[in-house]
Amino acid sequence: MTAKFEPIVGRYMTLSLGGREHRLYFEEAGQGIPLVCLHTAGADGRQYRHLMNDTAVTQHFRVLAFDMPWHGKSLPPVGFEREDYVLTTKSYTEMIVTFCDALDLVSPVVMGCSIGGRIVLNLAIEHAQRFRALVGLEAADFQEGWYDTSWLNRADVHGGEICAALVSGLIAPQSPDESRHETLWMYKQSGPGVFKGDLYFYRVDGDLRPRIKEIDTAACPLYLLTGEYDFSCAPEDTQRTVRSIAGGVDVTVMKELGHFPMSENPARFREYILPVLDRIRRQGAEEEPQEIEKKRGTR
Amino acid sequence: MTVIVEQAELTALFERLPGLVSADGDLVRRGALCNAELEAGIGDAMYYLRVAAGRVAVLERQPRLVRPWQFAIRGSAEAWRKFWAPVPDPGWHDLSALTKRGAVSLEGDITAYMTHLQFFKDMFALPRRLVSARR
Repeated sequence: MTAKFEPIVGRYMTLSLGGREHRLYFEEAGQGIPLVCLHTAGADGRQYRHLMNDTAVTQHFRVLAFDMPWHGKSLPPVGFEREDYVLTTKSYTEMIVTFCDALDLVSPVVMGCSIGGRIVLNLAIEHAQRFRALVGLEAADFQEGWYDTSWLNRADVHGGEICAALVSGLIAPQSPDESRHETLWMYKQSGPGVFKGDLYFYRVDGDLRPRIKEIDTAACPLYLLTGEYDFSCAPEDTQRTVRSIAGGVDVTVMKELGHFPMSENPARFREYILPVLDRIRRQGAEEEPQEIEKKRGTR
Repeated sequence: MTVIVEQAELTALFERLPGLVSADGDLVRRGALCNAELEAGIGDAMYYLRVAAGRVAVLERQPRLVRPWQFAIRGSAEAWRKFWAPVPDPGWHDLSALTKRGAVSLEGDITAYMTHLQFFKDMFALPRRLVSARR
């Protein structure tokens, strides 16, 4: 056999979310500390394929990325044709916690980008004890909208083309063409109204400003990294967010990166994320065994 | 870095647009179904453009002529100067970034602009190639 296999393995699972059965697709690679990766709005888990193929990561971390329901290879629930897809803070949080529980992940790390970065902040607010660490990429408690989301799903404008065109400027000019267009391809493939439904969480339901002060980084370390070319969640948005968090949060502004660091320029991104993952790993080594047990007990 | 300083330099760059578009076979391919009449404000200078099948069929400077157009896109001299820098600074690198920060405005029925958004973003970025070539 001459096939060159990647170490990534994909599987399907059934999850009950919001009282409905969902057929969910996820991929994983590596062994060690569970690292659950959350894709951006209107995209899917392929955004993390480079991280999953990076032995510097997978020798210490079991990297998992699921496609949210309605995204990628995960199906919408039965009866979806009679409703508009809408993501909420509650449904998104339930999805992540249920996924981790279904796989018996003990004290996982969760890393999310964009809407994934926003929900990571909510995990820090509501479920800090469950996680070993949280990593928010392009994360803020709130951002001003910069276009009407009704453009994303209407019969006279191609949904895939406009979704990709709107986010294309969030990629840094320095990112390689190959990675830029792979990133945009996922937006072109997204189902009708899915990006728009995700942005309901981002724009309307998921304003975390009233609760951001509740984050306790002593309960769970939080790392935030934002690309300098991201004008949707700009570095100033992330920096403003952490000013409300007592004890401070480690914020990194990533040079020559935009809104999709892990997929738009994987080589550049690893320069920033590997030191963070090392810190999380060392944090584990320094942690007392009884503390780990305590976290298990709170699951 | 090469810096554009004069309004006259900005308009000279923009007036090369029809040739720049026609020379970009990929852009013309992607814009094959794009037809639109628009007005473009490049600092103080106002232009009428007719895009036909992904090419700039007409580009005329028109300070006062009342003429029909579907949408207008107007930016300050600073906006275009920074947008056309060989490697634009964050926040000045994309038309949507410019509209978000208020340095470029859109007027009229922008359906054609949004329908062909990537085409128009790439078309308006083309003068950057001329600036980059000077380095």
